[in-house]
Amino acid sequence: MQLISKLTGTAIAALGLMLATQAGAAKSKGNDKPAAINENPYPSTYHPYAGEPTAIVGATVFDGAGARIDNGTVLVSGGKIERIGDASLAIPAGYRKIDAGGKFVTPGIIDIHSHLGVYPSPAVEANSDGNEATSPTTPDVWAEHSVWPQDPGFSRAMANGGITSLNILPGSANLMGGRSVMLKNVPGRTVQSMKFPGAPYSLKMACGENPKRVYGSKGREPSTRMGNMAVDRATWIKASEYRRKRDAGKQETRDLGMETLAGVLDGKILIQNHCYRADEMAQVLDMAKEFGYKVSAFHHAVESYKIGDLLKASDTCAAIWADWWGFKMEAYDGIPENAALVYDAGACVIIHSDDEYGIQRLNQEAAKAQGSGRRMGIVIPDEQVIRWITLNPAHALGIEAQTGSLSPGKMGDVVLWNGNPLSVYARPEKVWVDGALLYDANDPKRRPVSDFELGQPGEGDVK
Amino acid sequence: MSRFSRIAALLAASLVSTSAIAAPTDFAITNATVVLGDGSAPIPEGTVVVRSGKVVAAGANVSVPAGVSVIDGSGKWVSPGMVVAVTDLGLLDVGAVENSNDSGARKSPFSAALDVSAAIDPEAMPIRVSRTGGVTRTAVAPSAESSIFAGQGAYVDLAASGNTIDRPRAFQYVELGERGGRLAGGSRVSAQAILRNALREARDFARRAGPTGARRGTATVGSVQPASPEAGRIAESDVARGTDVQLTRADAAALVPVVNGTQPLFVHVERMADLRQTLALSHEFPALRLVIVGAAEGWRVADEIAAAHVPVIASGITDLPGAFETMAATQSNIGRMVRAGVRVAIGNMFDNDQPRYARQYAGNLVALTRLPGATGLTWGQAFAAISSVPAEIMGEGAHFGSLLPGHAADVVVWDGDPLELGSGAERVFIDGVEQPLDNHQTRLRTRYRHPQEGALPKAYEW
Repeated sequence: MQLISKLTGTAIAALGLMLATQAGAAKSKGNDKPAAINENPYPSTYHPYAGEPTAIVGATVFDGAGARIDNGTVLVSGGKIERIGDASLAIPAGYRKIDAGGKFVTPGIIDIHSHLGVYPSPAVEANSDGNEATSPTTPDVWAEHSVWPQDPGFSRAMANGGITSLNILPGSANLMGGRSVMLKNVPGRTVQSMKFPGAPYSLKMACGENPKRVYGSKGREPSTRMGNMAVDRATWIKASEYRRKRDAGKQETRDLGMETLAGVLDGKILIQNHCYRADEMAQVLDMAKEFGYKVSAFHHAVESYKIGDLLKASDTCAAIWADWWGFKMEAYDGIPENAALVYDAGACVIIHSDDEYGIQRLNQEAAKAQGSGRRMGIVIPDEQVIRWITLNPAHALGIEAQTGSLSPGKMGDVVLWNGNPLSVYARPEKVWVDGALLYDANDPKRRPVSDFELGQPGEGDVK
Repeated sequence: MSRFSRIAALLAASLVSTSAIAAPTDFAITNATVVLGDGSAPIPEGTVVVRSGKVVAAGANVSVPAGVSVIDGSGKWVSPGMVVAVTDLGLLDVGAVENSNDSGARKSPFSAALDVSAAIDPEAMPIRVSRTGGVTRTAVAPSAESSIFAGQGAYVDLAASGNTIDRPRAFQYVELGERGGRLAGGSRVSAQAILRNALREARDFARRAGPTGARRGTATVGSVQPASPEAGRIAESDVARGTDVQLTRADAAALVPVVNGTQPLFVHVERMADLRQTLALSHEFPALRLVIVGAAEGWRVADEIAAAHVPVIASGITDLPGAFETMAATQSNIGRMVRAGVRVAIGNMFDNDQPRYARQYAGNLVALTRLPGATGLTWGQAFAAISSVPAEIMGEGAHFGSLLPGHAADVVVWDGDPLELGSGAERVFIDGVEQPLDNHQTRLRTRYRHPQEGALPKAYEW
């Protein structure tokens, strides 16, 4: 037993090291220095559940990368996408064959912006763990230390939205809200058992109304947008100094926040930046240049249509709602054509949720954005629209090598829809995660029920 | 300069022509898929005829009378405009901009007497955006902030005529669930006590005033409009009240039409136990005309709600235990209640849950009919839940909410199936008058068709 746990520990440590290396870990310093910081102290213990070799036959396949195959065949085995093709693709012996005529297949849907687990249902104060709103910069906090795995929202996201991967972020009270955590949408007893193996970390940042309101109301900086920028810049200056010292081997005391920020400056930790207004996004892009980091995606970027050219030039994605509008001042210029205009400008579009209901229908939100584009003459094929909720978020999250499309060798994250997912009348029929069937509309027991819902009215209902 | 001024002049001209408020036009829409809104299935190749602001005929085999202009509806769908109850349309410009938001009054000394019709702005951008989205009528409710009583809501149309308020003081709105408990000082117990006491005070007030015993008139009490002529009469009277009353005179007067059944009482509750408590109110106050708002667990007592003939305005697709009171929430809630015989509208849309999304929720309920174990709505039922059913619950079923003959010509022409995600409203008529569909968003869309600046800054493109 001891031996086993020791071995397991070693294996996990080795895995952690490997993952850190994958993500581009800092090179170790001189031999006289203390042991390198463990960059993965809460490693993923996720393991794929058992699946069977499966052939989905006859469906319309949207591969997530922008291709469409009519009457297609999707082969999944060993937990991976094995191959996809048209009707001529041979089905090896021993595969479970699923006749999917009239149905549709997509990669598992990915939400780049969720607060499931950190703002769970029920939305009671005791479970409200999304904003460490005690300092405008808290790069030291990690969302994974707040996630409640028993949030019933995870199951709804799978059953109704076909979500297989999701990025859980801290809230936007702070300019630097902390690290987000990438999860596989697989129920677990622990957050570690849900963590997406090998995913890089992201740092959540926020501009605009929220930080200045939260801290301005406490009588402290920032109380204005210029205060937002000043605090951000001062913090990046500190982080740059910290990194210089660290690289020179002169850093003796660990600083969790600075480790995160230095990780951003190293290019190992991505930036997911909540930012509504076009002018503020442009400021942030300059700030990123000033300090030498890259913004992976602007989230809630309701004005991204005003700067599609700038986003394209900086290779920054616009993660947006389809048509949220007007609920706060910085959302006043939101338009339902946002996604189509950003697409038309050649920049990267992502449809995100930020909402426990929106995550149940990212496909529907993408379809609304597609329709709004069509009405103004921007016609975008279905197979490109699906990319907004699959490969594009995977790209902005640094996991596109593992998931987000049906490329051979990628994770077997697959959704079989009972109709075109861009129709309101379609729902997931089956959802596989790493080749394991974890939701089946035809099997009442093949759907997750969280601990919280056990013994309660409505337990195991269709939801 | 000349090019831009020419464009500006053209734009201005087109704006005038579309936003000028004309008299209702007589018209017919032909060859369209016609949605009556009464629960029936869509009718292919149908015709809708409108005269003097009313629907004359709609359906298949309808002939177009001479002298009406004909709109070719080939490939289009025509339906009644969406009716959404209850909303905050017209009470705010931007929800989070406190100074622009009149939806609730945390520090008001009044409660039941509050009358939202005094604050509704027919030009508020949310009204215009909702109109562009195909919403034509709504029941606007205040938000309860200082008491379990939010005050009196109004029925409103979304026409650009400026005469938006169709029926002020149309209903009273009260919170009796988790939120009601907090507003009542900390518990549902207190909420129930406050409600019952308030209704008794109103009953006593009306009784003391007597049928003729007080000054007549419909004068206002301060700036607070009376709920009805009767309420105004007794509020203005010098009738003595007991010495231990809780309500202000204006609030007590406003509840008289509630307790005597001339004004409906909209009650927001979610959980099964609260639903039963609400239905039980009728034992003590038999004249109450109850409407339940919310009812996330309504499916668990659907038979009882149906037997009480109490209609429900439910959220479309709530399926999470966002609070303990919505523990058994499921998207099948509305379908199950409808199957049990409850009259259910899709609504209860406030803040960022905007009324234009109602058709998406309706479409989602149709999707449930193809999901094993779920209960959804037929297409016709789903559309009725955002048109005729809310109109009926508002007591206006004979006036609007469907394309049956004699109903107000609130007509929307869609570029496809209105419950589908990719579809949009192309033309909107209210009372037969074509409505302008431009708004802040459509102007931004045009300006930013290409993000780059041209010969002059974007600010000159208008």
